[in-house]
This record gives sequence, structure tokens and C-alpha cells, in this order.
Amino acid sequence: MTFGQDVETRVKEILAEQALIDASDVKTTDTLEDLGIDSLGLVECIFAFEEEFDISIPFNANEPDKSDFDISSVADIVAGIQRLKAEAAG
Amino acid sequence: MNRVVITGAGTINALGQDVPQTLEAMREGRCGIGELEFRDVDRLSIKIGGQVKGFDPEAVFNRQQLSLYDRFTQFTLIAGAEAIAQSGLRFDGELAARAGVVLGTAGGGVSTWDDNYRSVYEDGKNRVHPFVVPKLMNNAAASHLSMQWNLKGPSFTVSTACASSNHAMAQAFQIVRSGMSKAMVTGGSESMLCFGGVKAWEGLRVMSRDACRPFSANRNGMVQGEGAGIFVFEDYDHARARGAEILAEVIGYAMSSDAADIVMPSKQGAARAISGALADAGIARDSVGYINAHGTGTAANDKTECAAVADVFGTHADRLMMSSTKSMHGHLIGGTGAVELLACIMALRDGVIAPTIGYEEPDPECALDVVPNEARDARVDVALSNAFAFGGLNAVLALRRV
Repeated sequence: MTFGQDVETRVKEILAEQALIDASDVKTTDTLEDLGIDSLGLVECIFAFEEEFDISIPFNANEPDKSDFDISSVADIVAGIQRLKAEAAG
Repeated sequence: MNRVVITGAGTINALGQDVPQTLEAMREGRCGIGELEFRDVDRLSIKIGGQVKGFDPEAVFNRQQLSLYDRFTQFTLIAGAEAIAQSGLRFDGELAARAGVVLGTAGGGVSTWDDNYRSVYEDGKNRVHPFVVPKLMNNAAASHLSMQWNLKGPSFTVSTACASSNHAMAQAFQIVRSGMSKAMVTGGSESMLCFGGVKAWEGLRVMSRDACRPFSANRNGMVQGEGAGIFVFEDYDHARARGAEILAEVIGYAMSSDAADIVMPSKQGAARAISGALADAGIARDSVGYINAHGTGTAANDKTECAAVADVFGTHADRLMMSSTKSMHGHLIGGTGAVELLACIMALRDGVIAPTIGYEEPDPECALDVVPNEARDARVDVALSNAFAFGGLNAVLALRRV
């Protein structure tokens, strides 16, 4: 689980599970709003990402925009996780 | 219906170990939030809280008592002794037969659960102390208070998360107002500041790492506190007849359920509880001078609460004061409404409005007079105390100056 494609696949699967849709329907350009994931769903996803990739994601639900973790789109989330994984391995 | 007054108050919390210390800290806008001190705190990402420090249980309770008293019970008994001593009531005969204890707590003996899970899971022990169950049960504090003070009337514990003690005090109020009892002991207590207690809260990602800044645009979450607030609610004529000092009158309450979301607050549910309390008390909305806010310092609560107050009070919302003392003592969860009732008593009796400290930047979504950073002298006739809990369960109390 160290390569970009694998991270993207797993992120899409986790988001799809939360959104109750098929993973193949999750596009990298989708926002959480597009996927119908609300703030509580997001907190669950963050937890799932941390468990899956063994990383710690700096995220405070009170100020999601200020957190040092971009959740604007699926692609941004994947990039953020890859960066945190690299730092953890670093 | 009988009038109900408060004739005794007691507390222990991060601001002080009795009522005078706590009110002095509120007047001075002192912050009781600091670095948490307990085992494994280094494994937490949230390391601050409104912890009761400089408190040595062994100096107050003997070994047998400590084997039965979780920290939330210890807090309750200390605050209860102060409140009952101030009231001057002696519970015997008919008074004792009808007077009971209604308390709020969300977690009960959290640190007893935590210590004993650690013992059996982490340390691998196969035996626990025989009193684990009676120590951790949510009604332990109410029961010990009733035993210590001979309170033999209706006694029970209410658990509605962050609104627990407001729901509890509403019940005690109802019991005295209806004439079931001449006096009730009521309030709430909480002690979740242990590794497991804080770790559970961390999961929600709504906790601040640095400070509780209610209504400030740069607020970033709640900070937990611990402690207890206990009161004696008494029939007005009974209190007058014995010449008791009256701290304030409780004049009404309302409870509502959002029936909407398990964590997100609802403006309508909050507004129904606030307007319901005004209706129950039979008072005009423009008589309200002060509201002790739920004011948790989360993004969601503060803007919802301000919108609810604006809806209920209309133009009067701009003239009343609303502060959150959680900025000083933290969020005592099931005990929070009880400690916050002290700020209402101070406003009514002493004419001092406790501030919202840590206020740094105005938020257009919280554009009320939140009494930023410094206490204010003001004459207040009626005060409200808001509590809006997870699970959408709301309880608001209305008090009047006597």
C-alpha cells in the first residue's frame, strides 16, 4: 500500500462506503458534497484513513478550512494522504 | 403552585473549591483551564482541560469512603456539604421524608471504569475491587448525598449529556413547585478528565488544543472541565418562615428535543426551549437581562445558539447580555449547567455579569453582547441558563432576583 494508485483506490473505497455508493462511481474531481458526505461522515472518513494508512491527520471539525489537510476534492485528499505517508516514512 | 427559591449553593471546579472562590474568579475573568495532569496524558493529542487542582481527596475522605467514592461522587459531596450548610436546613421528620436528591451526570464514574479496564486489560489482572459497580454507577453520587444528609424523598439521576444538570434541576424545581416536597437538593457533577475520558472526546475532532473561545470568530472547539455544582431548592414560604437567606428564585423551565441529529444542534429546538422557559415563568421576553449561554466554543453550537436567541428575543436580543463561562471553567458536560447557574445567581444577586474570556475576534454569526473578557456591573431582574446537549436534548431554566 505504498504507491499512489493504491492510495487512491482505498480512499475511493472508504469514501464510497461512507456515501453508500459504488467505489467505481467516485471520481477524483468529486467534492465531499458531491458524494453527499456531511461533517460527521467526514470525521468517520478521517478516522478510517488514519486506520488504513497508519497516519495521523491534523483535522479539527471546527475549522476544516484551517486544518493542514485539504479536503476540497478526492484528489486533494489522496495527495494529502500521500504526503503524510511520505512524512511518516521519512 | 408554590414559589421556589435557592437557599444554598456549593461547588468545586477548576475556578475554585467553593462558591466564593468561584465567583471571585468569574468576576476577575480568570481562566481555570491548563495542562492536564494524569496518567498517560502524553498519549493524548488534547492535553488541556479545566481540571480541579490542589485537591487532595485523602484529606477530606477516609480510606473506606474512598473505596466507594469515584471522583464525581467526591465532588458532589464537597459541593453538597457547602450548599446544605449555607441553607441552614436540618433534614429530619416530615421534611426529610419528602426531600430528595436529583442530580445530573453524563458519565458517572468514568475514572473508575478507566482504572479497572486498565487493570484487567492492560495489566492482565483477573480480579477487581468488590465495590467497582457501586462506585461507578451514575446514581452513586445522588445516593451518597441522600445517605449523608438523611434525604429520604424522591431521588434519582438524570443523564442527558451536556444538559444533564439542567434537566435535573428542572425536575427538582417541579417537585418543590408542585408541593411534593418543601426542599430538594439538586445540581450535577462530572469527572471525565482521565485518559479514556479525554481519548473518547478526541475522536469527535471538536476539541480545542489551546483554549475555549466561545463566540470569538477564531474559536476552534470545546475544552473539557470537571467538578460539581449543588443547590438547595426550597419552597419560598418555607424559606421565609425560617428566615433563610434567599440567593435567587427559580421561576420556570422548559425542555425540548430536536428530534433531528445525534450531534448537530438545531436552532428550532433551542429556540423552543428558550421561549418555553419564558412562557412557563410567565414573563415577557424583554425582562430578561442575562443569559448564561451553552456557549461551548464549537463552530456549530455558538452560531446556532446566537441564531436561536435572536429568533426568540427579536430586537431585545441586542440589549441583553449573554456570556459563556465555559471559557473559564471548561465544559463540565453533565455538571455544566449547575456550575453555570452560579453565574446566573451572581448576576441577579450581586449585579455582576461573568465575562466570556478568550474573546479575540467578532463573529458576524454571533453578533450579540457576549460580555467579552471583562466582567460587568449591571442590574439584572431575570436570567436564563441554557443547556443544549448532544442527542438534541435541551433544557433552559429561568431565574429571578429576589
